[in-house]
Amino acid sequence: MKKSKVFITLIICLTGLLLCFIASLVFGSRDVSMSDVKAALFYNKADTIGQIVVTKRIPRTVFSLIAGAALGISGAVMQAVTRNPIADPSVLGVNTGASLFVVIGIAFFNISNASQYIWLALLGAAVTTIFVYGIGSMGAGGATPIKLALAGSATSAALSSFVSAILMPRADVMDTFRFWQVGSVSGANWTNIRMILPFLIVGALLALILAPFLNALALGDEMATVLGVHTGTARLLGAFSGVILCGAVTALAGPIGFVGLMVPHVMRLLLGPDQRIILPMSALGGAVVLTAADVIGRVLGSPGELESGIVTAFVGAPVLIWIAMKSKGNSL
Amino acid sequence: MTDKNSNIVMDGFQARKRRYLTVTCCLAVFVLVLCAIVLLYGNTIYPLSTIWKVLKGENIKGATFAVKSLRLPRMLSGLLCGFAFGMAGSTFQTMLRNPLASPDIIGVTSGSSAAAIFTLIILGLPGPTVSIAAVLGGTVTSAFIYLLSRGGSYNGGRLILIGLGMQAMLNALINYFMLKAPQHDVPTAFRWLSGSLNGISMSDIPMLAVVLLIFTPVIVMLGRHLRILELGEETAITLGIHADRTRLLLILSSVVCIAFATATAGPIAFVSFLSGPIARKLVGAGMNNELPSGLAGACLVLMADLIGQFAFTTRFPVGVITGILGAPYLLFLLIRMNKSGGIS
Repeated sequence: MKKSKVFITLIICLTGLLLCFIASLVFGSRDVSMSDVKAALFYNKADTIGQIVVTKRIPRTVFSLIAGAALGISGAVMQAVTRNPIADPSVLGVNTGASLFVVIGIAFFNISNASQYIWLALLGAAVTTIFVYGIGSMGAGGATPIKLALAGSATSAALSSFVSAILMPRADVMDTFRFWQVGSVSGANWTNIRMILPFLIVGALLALILAPFLNALALGDEMATVLGVHTGTARLLGAFSGVILCGAVTALAGPIGFVGLMVPHVMRLLLGPDQRIILPMSALGGAVVLTAADVIGRVLGSPGELESGIVTAFVGAPVLIWIAMKSKGNSL
Repeated sequence: MTDKNSNIVMDGFQARKRRYLTVTCCLAVFVLVLCAIVLLYGNTIYPLSTIWKVLKGENIKGATFAVKSLRLPRMLSGLLCGFAFGMAGSTFQTMLRNPLASPDIIGVTSGSSAAAIFTLIILGLPGPTVSIAAVLGGTVTSAFIYLLSRGGSYNGGRLILIGLGMQAMLNALINYFMLKAPQHDVPTAFRWLSGSLNGISMSDIPMLAVVLLIFTPVIVMLGRHLRILELGEETAITLGIHADRTRLLLILSSVVCIAFATATAGPIAFVSFLSGPIARKLVGAGMNNELPSGLAGACLVLMADLIGQFAFTTRFPVGVITGILGAPYLLFLLIRMNKSGGIS
């Protein structure tokens, strides 16, 4: 029964992935025909305009798949580490922290190449995570969802005020980095993707290796210790992998919210609490969701495009509301 | 014995009342001083006598334009919007018994903004319609938050979390409208969204003033009931307060104030959130703090606007300054509440 459920979900996700992949190549400010897609994909042709368009859309599509997967895993890991259903890079303000560091780098230290962005973004993400979690876990009861969410959104608000204060006098920077405020996969190219890929692979592998330990953490710290898990180390490594994943994605795409919140949630609802299943499925689901959001953004926003961060926020925020409604007073 | 006790109670009440009056008067004087500074200070600094003459209607070259078309609307809008945000914010905070439940945190202001942006940019309708749309947007948002957070006993944490979710959605909606906006409207909309007193003309002021004149007395009168509601729902009902009716009226009046202020100056960050706690600190617990909160809000906006205008080489809109001032306080408040177990 359980196995077949996983299998069915897997099939659905893979089908969704394929559909999104094709849709992402086909739709846009200029729709292309299937034959052009086929020619460009399989025969590497770039003769007609349609085929050229497809070639241009491939890196973006690949990036949205990878980024979605990374965000999905990142959310699942963070929720497991903090044992908190709403932990997500966007709710924790991690994305905004990464943005602030990058913007500071660009504005004050003349940093202009993507490899330096990544380090800044990672640093910003790490600092913000520690800060927000520190504030959220003060006092009795540890880091409850509501405390964490408030600490995250307060930090987010503070940091984004700083981001606008830094950007406002610098019209040129503001123009280029408007997407930092909303999140978009449109800026991707092969060089950038190659740049962040090592980070994502390390983060994802680490998360997958940690899955059994995260399962133990879910039983509570005492139980986990009894089972022989070093809870501190497991937490630290988990948080590290979550931060690497979302920091690297943010370095390239800006803050994309709520993918890491909703995908692991849906997966947990469908497949139960086993992290060994949830982590890879969240990766798949995240890839589907982000790519779909990107396609929807292009269709809704034509002739321009709606940044995928906006679409995911619109779809994902109700999930947050729903989690809040579902929770009984005491557990918040 | 009883007599002595009642004396102590009366004395305490008198002392609190004196403090309340002193604080309110001081705040009012401070607001007046700030208003004067806004009128006096600028690229050219005019003497007080010139300002007075201009206000009386004399025509002085240069001064009339600078004061009447630029500084006066700026001063009035700062004053009125700050007052509206402060008063309404404090009402929300008292009503929901949580300083974090201010309209700019739980998304009511975003609801107004989204509706205003929609009418302004997508439909291209003029001023008054925008205000009405903002009122509708704010009301619908608060209704949603209220309905969604009902179920079971009232729970502040859940309401705030739901509000945060609403806010994220509404911001996404605002971004979508911005994208669909005609290119030449985008800078205006951006300026408006960060909360700014630039470019407000004299014609925007009267409606805001009328709204405040109508709803300030309502909020202040009902605020007394609110004090009793603060004791808890059951106690209030025992004491003969129509809890639901009071709440509904207060929410509506506050939302109207916020919506009109938002339609004029945009969602100025954190003013609603900051004013209440500031006023409460000054006035002390147990007194009505709607009026002091309003005055504190006006102070905040006028001061932040002066800082934004003149303290840096670049001119920042007032919302950026209040954002930078307000966010650390929000964090501080969170840390304190967490330590004392205020939000569980």
